[in-house]
Amino acid sequence: MSWFTDLVAWLGNGSNWTGDAGALALLRQHVLLSVVSLLVAALIVVPLGLWLGHIGKGGVVALNIGNVGRAVPTFAILVLLTLAPSPFGNSQLTVVTSLVLFAIPPILTNTYVGVREVDGAAVDAARGMGMSGWQVLRGVELPLAAPFIVQGLRLGGVQVVATATIAALVGAGGLGRLITQGFSRQDQPMLLAGAVLVGALALVVEALFELLERAVAPAGAPGRRARSGSTPTGATVAVGASD
Amino acid sequence: MRNEWICGEYLTSRRTELLDALALHAQITVISLVVAALVSVPLALVARRWRWLESVVLGASTIIYTVPSLALFSLLLPFTGLSPTTVIVGLVLYSLTILVRALVTGLAAVPDQVVEAAQGMGYGPTRLLWQVRFPLALPSIMAGVRVAAVSTVALTTVGAVVGYGGLGDLIYAGLRSLFKPQVLTASVLCVVLALVVDLLLLGIQRLATPWRRGRPA
Repeated sequence: MSWFTDLVAWLGNGSNWTGDAGALALLRQHVLLSVVSLLVAALIVVPLGLWLGHIGKGGVVALNIGNVGRAVPTFAILVLLTLAPSPFGNSQLTVVTSLVLFAIPPILTNTYVGVREVDGAAVDAARGMGMSGWQVLRGVELPLAAPFIVQGLRLGGVQVVATATIAALVGAGGLGRLITQGFSRQDQPMLLAGAVLVGALALVVEALFELLERAVAPAGAPGRRARSGSTPTGATVAVGASD
Repeated sequence: MRNEWICGEYLTSRRTELLDALALHAQITVISLVVAALVSVPLALVARRWRWLESVVLGASTIIYTVPSLALFSLLLPFTGLSPTTVIVGLVLYSLTILVRALVTGLAAVPDQVVEAAQGMGYGPTRLLWQVRFPLALPSIMAGVRVAAVSTVALTTVGAVVGYGGLGDLIYAGLRSLFKPQVLTASVLCVVLALVVDLLLLGIQRLATPWRRGRPA
């Protein structure tokens, strides 16, 4: 188990954490890259998935983007964009764009499926109560699909955190640096530390989304009565809206 | 030879190099998937037989999934050396996480009535598994196999860090020499390979589940 004691010694050595290329700075870059990428992907794709699910069309597109997206290696996109002219090239934009493209498939597929899985009776009831298409989407479909959407974000988030490491292959920052440097210097503890930190970060992301998933889960079974005080036209009447 | 994204001269003059990389890529992918499939079946059966093992197996697979491929390949290096085995072992581990999950959920979703009917007709546990549970779980198992296969083709490129990434080697070399046509051609071939593998598996699924024909996959 000498590798373990070496790893603990590396992690316990303060000088490995400080400085411009220290683990702390790399961790910060890694978190920043991942958060920005996931956020951008979510902002583009969640509304698109909601809308496609709402109108009930484009399912083939939404699901196939998922399949084709998986087929495109992030490493290939990263290298292609690094060789592309500015504003790409050797920049943060290159890394973020690659990670956004990588995060899109799981989020899009889950959002679309989430909206399609909403009980048709709930949607009919909402329409019967005079809700407009927008109100149905906002007040019924979105809250009921929320757990699916969060699941998509969780999948995408964990994958983005793990995949952001390959940014180091094109010379960008993040914890992948520890892995590539540990590899080229034959510094096993450093390499291990990189892997462990990325894994831990991914597990933290997983745990955070697990909490979020619980928070957005519809409180009651479909068909649960709306709470008193809500009005038929209010957007929050939603059957099973989160408490 | 000019350094343009698309270069016909590159395609003709480096034909063998491209085809060799493609063949290595396909080989690494297929071996990884076959090994993963063979290992995943006993793992899934064990997880189903003893409930407490299910959470252990699924928990372990979540942890494996959070280990970046770059780190996994680098970490395996001291054990397996600069060889295709390093890449294959890593890819098998990643595929396992997807396949075991698909098997466990697919087998769990087989309707109880069907199982009871088969038992009533005198099916023993082994026959029940292979002739009833497995065929009925096949669509969800194959969905997992397709995801694993397509992801494996894409992930093989990262094997370039240990020199056995198939088309990934060409992409990595192209990055160092800033040679655009090589990067683009290898990337496109990689996507095409993934889509061909996906279509082949879809075809196998159709053939293996004739009772579902006419329904969307």
